[in-house]
Formats: sequence, C-alpha cells, structure tokens
Amino acid sequence: MKCDELLKLLNEYVDGEIDPAFCKEFEQHLAGCDPCKIVVDTIRKTILIYKNDQIYELPVEFRERLHKLLRQRWREIRDSKVEQPQQPSPAPRANNQN
Amino acid sequence: MNDADLQLSDQELVNRAKNGDLSAFETLVSRYEQRVFNLAMRMLHNVHDAEDVTQQTFLNALEHLEEFRGDASFATWLYRIATNAALKNLRKKRGLPTVSLEESTELQEERDTIPHPEYLADWRQSPQELIQNNEVRALIQQALDELDEKHRLVFLLRDVEGLSVKETAQALGISEANVKVRLLRARLQLREKLTRTFGDPKTLVKPEHKHKNSEPRA
Repeated sequence: MKCDELLKLLNEYVDGEIDPAFCKEFEQHLAGCDPCKIVVDTIRKTILIYKNDQIYELPVEFRERLHKLLRQRWREIRDSKVEQPQQPSPAPRANNQN
Repeated sequence: MNDADLQLSDQELVNRAKNGDLSAFETLVSRYEQRVFNLAMRMLHNVHDAEDVTQQTFLNALEHLEEFRGDASFATWLYRIATNAALKNLRKKRGLPTVSLEESTELQEERDTIPHPEYLADWRQSPQELIQNNEVRALIQQALDELDEKHRLVFLLRDVEGLSVKETAQALGISEANVKVRLLRARLQLREKLTRTFGDPKTLVKPEHKHKNSEPRA
C-alpha cells in the first residue's frame, strides 16, 4: 500500500469502518511510515477537538418565544383546515366537537 | 408537553402530531431544538441569526409535517430543513442568490482532487488540554469558518452532530460518495490548519519521503 492509497481509506480507517481485508495492510503501512502515522493521529485529534467543543446553550427566553409562536401557528393551520374540509386529511381529530 | 410523550419514538410522535396532537409536536421540538440551535450557531456564530434559523426550521417543520413520509428519519429531515435555513441566512447576509447545496457544487465534485497533507508534526498538547484555552477555541472556530460551506456542513453533521454518512447525504441532498469526498477534504483541511497552529516544530516530518518497505517496484 502506498501513501496515496492510504489517503483514500483514511475516513474508513479513522471511523473504524475499514474493510478488514485492507485494515491489516493499512496498519502495516502505518507501522513503517511516520508521516502517515502523524496524519492519522492528527486527523483523529482534529475530529476530537471539534466534537468536544462547547455546546451553545439555547437561550431560555428564546425557547419560550419559540414554543409560543409554534402553538400559535399550529392553531392557525388547524383552523384553516377546518374551513376547507375538501382538503384530504389523514385522520379526523377525535376531539372535534363541531 | 406531556411527560408520557418523552418515552415515545420520533416516528410515534410524528404520527400523533399529524393526527392533531400539539403536545407530541412540542415534545419533538424540545428533543431537537438544542441540536438545531447548536448547528446554527456553528454555521452563523451569532445568537440572533441562530435563533432566526432555529425558529424558521421548526416553523417549516410544522408547516410541512404532512409531507414528511418517513423515508429518512425525522432527525435527518429536520437537519435538512435546518441546513437550508442556515445557508439561506448566510447567503442573504452576503447578498448572494440562494442556491441549493446540490446545485452549487455537485458537478464539480469529481474534478477536485484530495489535498495532500503537508505540515506533519505531533501536537504540543492534547485536544482536551487545548480546548481549555479561550484563545485556542477562537482559533479552532476560525479554522472551521475558513472552510467553504459545503465542506463545513458535511463536517458538522458527520463529525460534530454524529450523523452517519447516509444520514448526512440525506440531510444535504447529495450522494454518499460526495459526503465521503467532502468529509475527507474537510478533515484534511482542518488537520492542516490546526497542525500548523498546534504542531510541535521539533517533531516536524518532511512529507516528501520514500517508502523502503511498502513501495512496490513499478
């Protein structure tokens, strides 16, 4: 296996999804090739650093606004369906008392 | 929202929502709002824009819920709506016309080659140590921003949000082969940038090397 071939299998190897038939060859190459060993190692660290980066907290007041808006829009959509009964509806509302 | 809803699968909640159960829909929103917001923050870096995109995503999901057929998972469907909303927001800010992801790049894909790793050195510190530092975090963010959108989105969905290759392909409306190519380029480009910043020059290795043990004779 050459370095170029290793590059093509890099994703699969790093993700643990490499075909076992190639895995041994890949690892034999790594054992004898410092540059490729560094590429694999630093790619792994690159992924890890982004994976572990901060979570942006959803602002509480935005969350409340969002849910309020969605409830409102939900009712608008429901009401427009009631006005146009010719629209096909997958299932009738069980609690519709009209 | 109903406590019993929390135990239900996405698909069950979608079915209930389609049958008029608002609390089922709100449970779905609660389940995904943080993830959608995160993705939007990572794309736009601005709370106001990220809120807009999150709001637009769930409004679109609500308005198009009837069209959701379950070909992909609900999460994947939602990510697709969210990425489109994020791209629209980005392009609006730049005054560019809105082009879908597929149109923008699909054709060129095969012609682009894979960049060769150039700067090869061990990092001075572990990723865990590095992200303790705010300046470092800003550099990491900057490196991500320097990727173009198509590579950034694939990287975020696959490596940060943890979607599979197939789910990423469905969310972006591109082929799995393209996801793989873009992901490899994104990872290599980020690796290059971060290693130039965090690499220890004492461990620098030249990429122009000859293989004694593995290069077959032509």
